[in-house]
Amino acid sequence: MMQAEAVPADQIEVPAERDMVFADTVTKTFGQGDAAVTALDAVSLTIRENEFFTLLGPSGCGKTTLLRLIAGFELPSGGHILLDGEEIGHLPPYKRPVNTVFQSYALFPHMTVAENISFGLEMLGKPKAEIAETTAHMLSLVRMEAMANRRTDQLSGGQQQRVALARALAPRPRVLLLDEPLSALDLKLRKEMQIELKRLQGETGITFVFVTHDQEEALTMSDRIAVMEAGHILQVGTPREIYDHPARRFVADFIGDINILDGELGEVSGHQGRVTLPGGASLGAALAESTIGKGKVSIAFRPENVVLVPPEDPRATLTGAVENVVYFGSGLNLHLRLPSGAPLMVRSAHYAGEIGDLVGLEIADRHVQVLVD
Amino acid sequence: MAVTDHSAAPDGRLASARAARGAEARRRRRLLLAPALIVIGIFGLFPLTISLIYSFLTPGTYGGVTWEFSTDAYVQFLFERDIFDDTLSFSSTYLQIYARSIGLALVATLGALILGFPTAYFIASKPREQRNFWLFLITLPFWTNLLIRTYAILLIIRDEGIINIGLMKAGVISDPLNILYTDTAVFIGLIYSYLPFMVLPLYASLEKLDFRMIEAAYDLYANRFQVLRRIIVPAAKPGIVAGCILVFIPGLGAYITPTLLGGGKELMIGNMIALQFGSSRNWPFGSAAALILMVVVMLALLVYVRNASREPVRHG
Repeated sequence: MMQAEAVPADQIEVPAERDMVFADTVTKTFGQGDAAVTALDAVSLTIRENEFFTLLGPSGCGKTTLLRLIAGFELPSGGHILLDGEEIGHLPPYKRPVNTVFQSYALFPHMTVAENISFGLEMLGKPKAEIAETTAHMLSLVRMEAMANRRTDQLSGGQQQRVALARALAPRPRVLLLDEPLSALDLKLRKEMQIELKRLQGETGITFVFVTHDQEEALTMSDRIAVMEAGHILQVGTPREIYDHPARRFVADFIGDINILDGELGEVSGHQGRVTLPGGASLGAALAESTIGKGKVSIAFRPENVVLVPPEDPRATLTGAVENVVYFGSGLNLHLRLPSGAPLMVRSAHYAGEIGDLVGLEIADRHVQVLVD
Repeated sequence: MAVTDHSAAPDGRLASARAARGAEARRRRRLLLAPALIVIGIFGLFPLTISLIYSFLTPGTYGGVTWEFSTDAYVQFLFERDIFDDTLSFSSTYLQIYARSIGLALVATLGALILGFPTAYFIASKPREQRNFWLFLITLPFWTNLLIRTYAILLIIRDEGIINIGLMKAGVISDPLNILYTDTAVFIGLIYSYLPFMVLPLYASLEKLDFRMIEAAYDLYANRFQVLRRIIVPAAKPGIVAGCILVFIPGLGAYITPTLLGGGKELMIGNMIALQFGSSRNWPFGSAAALILMVVVMLALLVYVRNASREPVRHG
């Protein structure tokens, strides 16, 4: 506070908000002529210092290409990539203070665990004592001290994963890139490593850029997520923003379970509007973008944001017939059909009725989102 | 206890029956080796035994041997017997031939490695479906007889050959370069003949190299040279060892190449041995020279392979 008064506002250094990676209209095409494929189409993106940033999307969306462009394994066809304010787009990988954890780990099979971890430091020409010290520190950071002299092919998948992490973290890169590093692990180990990764990011203070196609993983671990599809970034935001307020139909569909219904957007005021559904029901809804005009739209709301009420209850905005009840341990999924014929899913802690019963559905306006297609 | 004893008996029988069947299967599998063993026995060990026996006999006047025990052949390798008083004096004539041959074979092996490594790497980095085409090109020379290929080299490098005529026409040189019948010619011939034997095992090793490993090394601040030295060469080591053996050994015993391209002026081991069975009519010495070569090669290999495998390379 004292500082804020002493220095002009634009000179205040706020480390947590500093831009670490800045991609400016980056385009990448593979092949030439008619066979050319655009993997990234004028993508712009800002990743802040000390952030756990996730690139999320289905396979082929360009997330790995973007990662490889930051690492230097690919060169951009257009646009600029800045690291901490400096253009790095055309530097070779060994001149970028950025390290990668590969999906396949790519550990060196002819070296021991310790030799793998110290490789980067050795290549940087660090003094021997420092290499030994950092390597020992990294081994303890990933809890692999006992394995230092093992060969990498004697390790389990989870252990290889830890070595790959330690190897990439040892040179203290400005940014650590992780290319679907958990996809080869089984579910239990994956959950453990998710927590481990968050811990490592916190302890090292290094910016993590994480690529995954697993939306749950992205929601669990990330500070911010960029959802990608077909070479474009559709939405960037915190996990909560992305989950609660998906801007695009694709984002809504890709992340979690969601109900998407067709409707007619009537009056609009600012970021709020009223949508009339085919059955005549009317819902208040938030607009993902103010540019959405009146007319046919899609609305979305989460199954867990719907409250079951008796069908005749005045709070019921919609009614539907129960078609199926699926138990999943901590709750139930009710599959309903609306009078208009549209399917709908509702999550509930319990349901006492029968299949075929009519139920009323209460949906709060703040949970309904009008999507951009 | 009674129960365990009762059940142990049939279990034991089962185990021994299984072991017997396993041994039977192993015995039958061993039969698969028989055809190769018979061929090696008849055409490898048998002649070798003859050579060994001949090397301890006395040369016949018109070739062949007379059955009289003698170690002269081995003595002759290192010493010269004075014609008049039968005294022995050390002579390095044959040692020099061996040294020259080993030197030439080593240089040719090194040359083949330097030429073959980039080639093998190039093929290994091609998409899988294109590799067979390139491997096919590598084996193309084998479609023609070595003798004919060597004559072709002779025609190219001789004084009136394409190289000299071309260079003289272009005004680069006024007198033809004297390549034919020199060590250079033998060197060129050896490299050309044995290059495929270097490329193929190198390719087999490099093909297994995970190219993501190279990306990982670049990512960890290794430059091109460091990637080559620290990642690619260790991965290619089994191929380098195999390729060097496959070029060095036939190169050391080469006969056609030094005869045609070296002009037989400076003998290589192969020519020297051939000479003993031909005009020199000293079969015991020829046999001894061949056996000495074999022992030298075996010892060299032993040392080489042991050194090379000190750091075993495994592929993940």
